[in-house]
Amino acid sequence: MIDLRAVRVAWTVLTLAQLREQPMRVLTTVLAIALGVALGVAVYLINTAALTQFDQATRRLIGQADIVIRGPATGFDESLFASLARDASIAVASPVLELHVALVPASLPALPVLGLDAFRASALQPELMAAIGADITALFAPDAIVLSRAAADSLGLRRSDRLSINVGGALKSLRVVDVLPDSAYAEPLGIMDIAGAQWTLERLGRINRIDLQLRPGSEARLVRERLARSLSAGVFAITPQIERARASTATRAYRVNLDMLALVALLTGAFLVFSTQWLSVLRRRVALGLLRSLGVTRAQLRLALLAEACASGALGSALGVLLGALIAELMLHYLGADLGNRQLAAIGASLALHPWPMLGFALIGIGAAGAGGALPAWQAARRAPALALKAGDAEQDLSRLVTTGPGLALTACGALLAWLPPIGGLPLPGYLSIAALLFGAVLLLPALTLRLIALIPRTGHVVPDTAFAQLQGSLSSSTVSLASMIVSFSLMVAMAIMVHSFRDSFELWLDKLLPADVQLRPALGSDTGGLSVAAQGRIAALTGVAKVEFRRTEPILLRSDRAAVTLIARDISPVRAADTLPLLREAVQPTGALPQAWISEAVQDLYGYLPGQQLELPLAGRLQRFFIAGVWRDYVHAGGSIVIRRQDYVAATGDRSASEAAIWRAPHTGTAAIDTAIRAALGADDSIELISSPQLRERSLLAFDQAFLITYALEAVAVLIGLFGVSVAASSSALARRAQFGMLRHLGMLRRQVLWMFASEGLALSALAVLYGLLLGALLSLILVYVIDRQSFNWSIDLAVPWLQLASLSLALIAASAITALWSGRAAMSQDSIRAVREDW
Amino acid sequence: MLTLQGLSKRYRAGGAPVLDGLNLELCRGEFLAVMGESGSGKSTLLNLIAGLERPDSGRVLFEDIELGALDDDALTRLRRARVGFIFQAFHVLPYLTVLQNVALPLDLLGVPRAQRQPRAQQWLERCGIGALAHSYPRELSGGELQRIAIARALVHEPALLLADEPTGNLDAATAGQILRVLREQLRASAASAILITHSPAAARAADRIARLQAGRLTPEN
Repeated sequence: MIDLRAVRVAWTVLTLAQLREQPMRVLTTVLAIALGVALGVAVYLINTAALTQFDQATRRLIGQADIVIRGPATGFDESLFASLARDASIAVASPVLELHVALVPASLPALPVLGLDAFRASALQPELMAAIGADITALFAPDAIVLSRAAADSLGLRRSDRLSINVGGALKSLRVVDVLPDSAYAEPLGIMDIAGAQWTLERLGRINRIDLQLRPGSEARLVRERLARSLSAGVFAITPQIERARASTATRAYRVNLDMLALVALLTGAFLVFSTQWLSVLRRRVALGLLRSLGVTRAQLRLALLAEACASGALGSALGVLLGALIAELMLHYLGADLGNRQLAAIGASLALHPWPMLGFALIGIGAAGAGGALPAWQAARRAPALALKAGDAEQDLSRLVTTGPGLALTACGALLAWLPPIGGLPLPGYLSIAALLFGAVLLLPALTLRLIALIPRTGHVVPDTAFAQLQGSLSSSTVSLASMIVSFSLMVAMAIMVHSFRDSFELWLDKLLPADVQLRPALGSDTGGLSVAAQGRIAALTGVAKVEFRRTEPILLRSDRAAVTLIARDISPVRAADTLPLLREAVQPTGALPQAWISEAVQDLYGYLPGQQLELPLAGRLQRFFIAGVWRDYVHAGGSIVIRRQDYVAATGDRSASEAAIWRAPHTGTAAIDTAIRAALGADDSIELISSPQLRERSLLAFDQAFLITYALEAVAVLIGLFGVSVAASSSALARRAQFGMLRHLGMLRRQVLWMFASEGLALSALAVLYGLLLGALLSLILVYVIDRQSFNWSIDLAVPWLQLASLSLALIAASAITALWSGRAAMSQDSIRAVREDW
Repeated sequence: MLTLQGLSKRYRAGGAPVLDGLNLELCRGEFLAVMGESGSGKSTLLNLIAGLERPDSGRVLFEDIELGALDDDALTRLRRARVGFIFQAFHVLPYLTVLQNVALPLDLLGVPRAQRQPRAQQWLERCGIGALAHSYPRELSGGELQRIAIARALVHEPALLLADEPTGNLDAATAGQILRVLREQLRASAASAILITHSPAAARAADRIARLQAGRLTPEN
């Protein structure tokens, strides 16, 4: 049993020493932990707010359904509803037509619209239906629509206004009969009567969803399994839980990556605590020895030092939780909940603070600080008090610490972990690999630095030679002091290489995907906008059009528990597919006369398909068999995409309409001229969006950069904490060596020579740290590019190094370190050198 | 009170022993000065007596307890309660006031705050620095710092005081004053003491002088 009284006394004495002697160092440690915790809390709160909002929205839409029958956007025959309504196990069946309707102008995002049977829906979605204030019969008009407040506000519409929509290239108008209150549904939504929706949106006899409520005593699982056997291809019986989890599942990898990035700052903070505690233990070794002499046991001393680190952690965590909540609140208020991922753009998401997660983050912060302080505490307690009371043992003490063996072991572990597959769809072994490599590299630092410093030739000049001798003599403590900077810089280098590689690959991908001059899109992501056969013919016949490719895209479900896969039917030559698509792998030889399909990497990873295998696609309610001719890189459709020939799609479905077109201009035809000609040919001013490929490319790259803004922000904080580490290292080193400076001044070294000596050391150390950071960062970037990114998002990228960016960063960091060292040296030298010599006890 | 039997200690395998079968008997209230050249093992002897280091062979019996039989925690607790230290470099904590420095051993022993401060103040008065109670060590002279160290070493009324070159950093006049204070306070507290020094003048303050030579103690006349 440890006597806690002595622990308290030791803790008080040691903490008092820290606070009195180096309050800025304590503050820096607290701030570093606070920032790390704050980022984690902010990311968590924002993501949770978005997911809660989505969950609430989905609950309103699914209501009290026990099973949801869901089919493709093109729908299935409504006779299925009639047969299900008669099923003995089913109490209520409610038919739904759920479509993303193309709005006019086409630059507006498609509006989700539900066509409902108002009476049946009242039983299943009572809250949503009760919110419709107008006479429910007003909804029965074929052009009537009720808008949610979010939709009405974003479109600038009020009750009785009209809403223009695009259905198959034809302009139609809907009348807003009511606007739902805020509380009814926070996201953009339109509600129509199902018959009106089928008529107006040209889906007569078709629905794509049926909500089912079971009779008491019916077991949902058994009914679902029975129904699944009788459903046509591409139609699934789905649990409400899966429906609700879609937003969460689709964004999980992105959210986990953000969480990990936020934790990087905390990890850097932990290394800062490690450096700070290590240096302060060295600085206070006499006080520690005295406490041991006065009767404080090893265990008590260890506990006191751990308590000291944890107290910083607790203070930092408390501050971090508050700061994180504040950041989250401000971001939700001013920037929204998406954090760079548009799938998370939940309108009306609001902050909800729950005590347990906050306590969890606080414990993580305290744990990180405790972990950072554990080794210094253990080492300080191990030290013989008689030795500690003598001056000049500090470096010997550190050099006795065995780091090379554990460093090599951790590095080997990190390398092995990188080869493991993801766990539960998340690259957890990849994250562990990065952590092991980081810790391993930090432990290998003293041994590596020793060898490197020995290679530097001596100049014969007193100032630089003294600086290098000092470096060599205090190598272990110097390298320990740089741990936080190396960790943060290497992670920044890794992130910079990964993001640059991604952007580079994305640019090349855009070049490949956008060979035409102009892209024509009725409305992005809509189910109703499209080009009829006649419209296609008019475009193709224009004199300014040299070539046109029409495409048909359609979301299809391959499995009930996965997001929809995007089917892309386009003109593609099987023998020259690589000219059209960024192919990664091709099948050796197609077998038989099966039509061919090219799957994206996501389809390959999520469904386990491989080139050369066969794939069944639900087209027009039937399963059509395709030969997988290759795997292509797709950076747009996270749920996966499959390209087939348009003629095969038409043969299977009979649907000749197109969703979009790529247009090549004839020679000497300007973009403006072709724009005018197409709009005139289609008789549409703003129901289509025509955009030149360079514009689309620019817009895509802008979206890419915006998506990574949050990544850069999180990284910047980690680097800031790393720089804290540099300043802490420099100031503590300068303070610890006041007496040495005084002695050198006594011996006749000029003040500027002492400063130059100290700055040279700082320069050499930061150059070393940058060198390590670059090498380690390059290694970590391989794991980010080939393991974490690949396993998180199911797409590959090619490695590319941003040389100029890395060089600038390195120089900036070295300069910042040298300036910090110079400033710390000046501060230390500002004290009386005679007194400094006398105080060397 | 303290018996050393055949103490031996060497730091390098195969090297010459620092202490070589050293024997010593110290009675209650006795003040012993140990003299010797630099590197003769004086500090090692003190560390072995305090249990800060372990001998290669031999026994240290302190108040009939064999220190070799105690683990590190038990040794530490014994040191906390029964031993006082004075160092050449004072080792007064600069961020505590003089009073707090002196009260530190009492705090470690769990003496209630209400008793700690008067006792510490009393010892400061006895060492002639009562007026400095609320000063910080940075503001004080070497002689004053060593008086604080004496007060701190005796405040918890230890059975044994170990002083390692307590006047090594002081001028002759101050050293004389410090030794006088030390002598007086030792008498007042009835503690035994071992003073390590290479100053004959300092050694003369003790009841008995021994010289450490070739790893053994020999009486000095």
